[in-house]
Amino acid sequence: MEENLKAKEAGLISLRDICKTYIMGDIKLPVLKDVSLTIQRGEMVALTGQSGSGKSTLMNILGCLDRPSSGEYWLDGEEISRATNDMRADIRNKKIGFVFQNFNLLARTSALENVIMPLGYTASHLSEKAMLEMGREMLDRVGLADRMDHEPSRLSGGQQQRVAIARALVNKPKILFADEPTGNLDTKMSEEILRIFKEINEQDGVTIVLVTHEPDVANSAKRIIKIIDGRIAGDTVLEKK
Amino acid sequence: MKKLRVIKSALKSICRNPTRTFLTTLGIIIGIAAVIALMEIGDGAQKTLKETIENMGVNTIRVWGGPITRGGVRSGSGGRANITLADARNILKSCPSVSAVSPVVSVRGQVIYGGKNWSPFSINGVNEDYLKISNWELEEGEPIDAVKVARGSKVCLVGATIVRELFYGENPIGKLLRIQNVSFKIIGVLKSKGANMMGMDQDDCVLAPWTAVKLRLKGAGSSSISSSSSSTTTTTTTTSSTSDIYTSGVSFYPEVSDANMPPVRFVNVDSLIISSTSADNVYKAYDEVVAAMRESHKLADDEEDDFRVRTLAEFTDMMTSTTKTMTNLLLCVAFISLLVGGIGIMNIMLVSVTERTREIGLRMAVGARAGDILKQFLIESVVICVIGGIMGIIVGHGLSMAITAIMNWPSAVSPRAIFISVGISALVGVIFGYYPAWKAARLDPIEALRYE
Repeated sequence: MEENLKAKEAGLISLRDICKTYIMGDIKLPVLKDVSLTIQRGEMVALTGQSGSGKSTLMNILGCLDRPSSGEYWLDGEEISRATNDMRADIRNKKIGFVFQNFNLLARTSALENVIMPLGYTASHLSEKAMLEMGREMLDRVGLADRMDHEPSRLSGGQQQRVAIARALVNKPKILFADEPTGNLDTKMSEEILRIFKEINEQDGVTIVLVTHEPDVANSAKRIIKIIDGRIAGDTVLEKK
Repeated sequence: MKKLRVIKSALKSICRNPTRTFLTTLGIIIGIAAVIALMEIGDGAQKTLKETIENMGVNTIRVWGGPITRGGVRSGSGGRANITLADARNILKSCPSVSAVSPVVSVRGQVIYGGKNWSPFSINGVNEDYLKISNWELEEGEPIDAVKVARGSKVCLVGATIVRELFYGENPIGKLLRIQNVSFKIIGVLKSKGANMMGMDQDDCVLAPWTAVKLRLKGAGSSSISSSSSSTTTTTTTTSSTSDIYTSGVSFYPEVSDANMPPVRFVNVDSLIISSTSADNVYKAYDEVVAAMRESHKLADDEEDDFRVRTLAEFTDMMTSTTKTMTNLLLCVAFISLLVGGIGIMNIMLVSVTERTREIGLRMAVGARAGDILKQFLIESVVICVIGGIMGIIVGHGLSMAITAIMNWPSAVSPRAIFISVGISALVGVIFGYYPAWKAARLDPIEALRYE
């Protein structure tokens, strides 16, 4: 805890006493209880825990999709726990990338168009051509240079997830959140996806937060944070081979 | 997002489900098509009606003499023979809204050609401007010109009915027609005009120079109150003589007036027919004619008019307002269908928002603000409506053209209707698209992403 406080300014992400309580009628349901956590730039962290442990809620707060009930959230030197919806939308667009378990690609839209979709919201100063160029570059990055014009229905699960990764990276985010990114994929494809994550993390220095309940996936990260009942129960840094 | 890009992405997402988009648009297409078709047909009907009415002589004004009372018997309009050529000249000179004036002298009687005779509905003496005033053309032959009027030539124009009744397919031009035993040479045949607004056969007529009618026919046979009374403003000539009352208007002292004022018999006419420069300023012309008549009759301000002026303008107004009412009524029905179309749009947009909840969640997750989502759905709905509107204009225009072709109803292209329709369809898009778009923008990204 002491370390975390000291590292608050230095870390990319710093949570301090974050609580999240859902109110359902008269019943208060605390999901996160005094979570404090620091993630440094360039880390690759796995958040693990049973379902219902609060790991998804934590990820939503980290990903600026949700607001904590109390506590401080410093992201890239800014305290954003009280940011408005629009401010959080801008933060998500510029600093954060998401990869989901079910890919969430737009149907009947080419891979390339899916990838450049986020650029439309805040990077409108870019020309159409520049956007397409960035999209191509990203798809090339994830090894789909030959599938640019394919619609999601004509891509395999692994390919779809790679399109999703390209989309998450197109805005050059500082941090990438992946919510069970391999949950819908077989082992071979999972390995491929995890390899891409690792590559992005090591080559581009993008901080990656993986949410998973699979130990294999968690082990591919450099640090594993275990959540039980809304509290951090374990924080292990793995020795890399 | 740039406007153009938003519209482009809206078009793309609309094209993702063409069948549904088409069905949604159908409501708007039908609504707009109905509005366009009705407005075009309505405009066409109004235009044709106006033309018909103008053809019937709505821009004409008639001036009659005022009533005269003789021995307690009032004559009715036209009884007083105080309408003169001088009045006609004064009207032409002092009324800017008047385009032409013709005196009218009417007689009745048999017309005879060969072994056949006929009593026309009207035998009118007119001047060279009469055909123009009454919007009449010649079928063949030549018109009565100013020279013939000045000379009092014994020539005449005959209507289609006269030709039918007396000539049986013979060419009447050049033939001599006897009117009250005076021979008139037929120089022209009038185009058939049909019945007038009162149902009277307008083709059953003979037109001759008014000078000839006045001099050779009126003076000769049919004497009336007007033929003998002076053109001055003397109001009543009271006599105690019984003959004055019982001789049905035969003047008691015809020689006197003839002797004293020889030109009077010639100069006074039964009525004047006047045309205004257009149907729209017939009221203005009416006022000018009244003022000119009062001036030339030297009436003091407190004196009543000693003449009567009539127009058909009220009749036109009524007819035009009737078609307008009908068109407006039908437009109301069309707007109701547009409203139903708009509700259809709202329905589909709501379905679309529900169906695309995950997409909305995703867009929010990658940084779309609530406003961006609102804009996206609003523009989609407006684009659907405007496309529907444009298709509706095409369909509606085709429909009105088809109706024109098949049922022979008139229609006129109405740019006003086109502008209004595009505006209305965009407005429908905004109004009925707003609620679904607002619902989309209000979604919570976490919930939306989790939505199955």
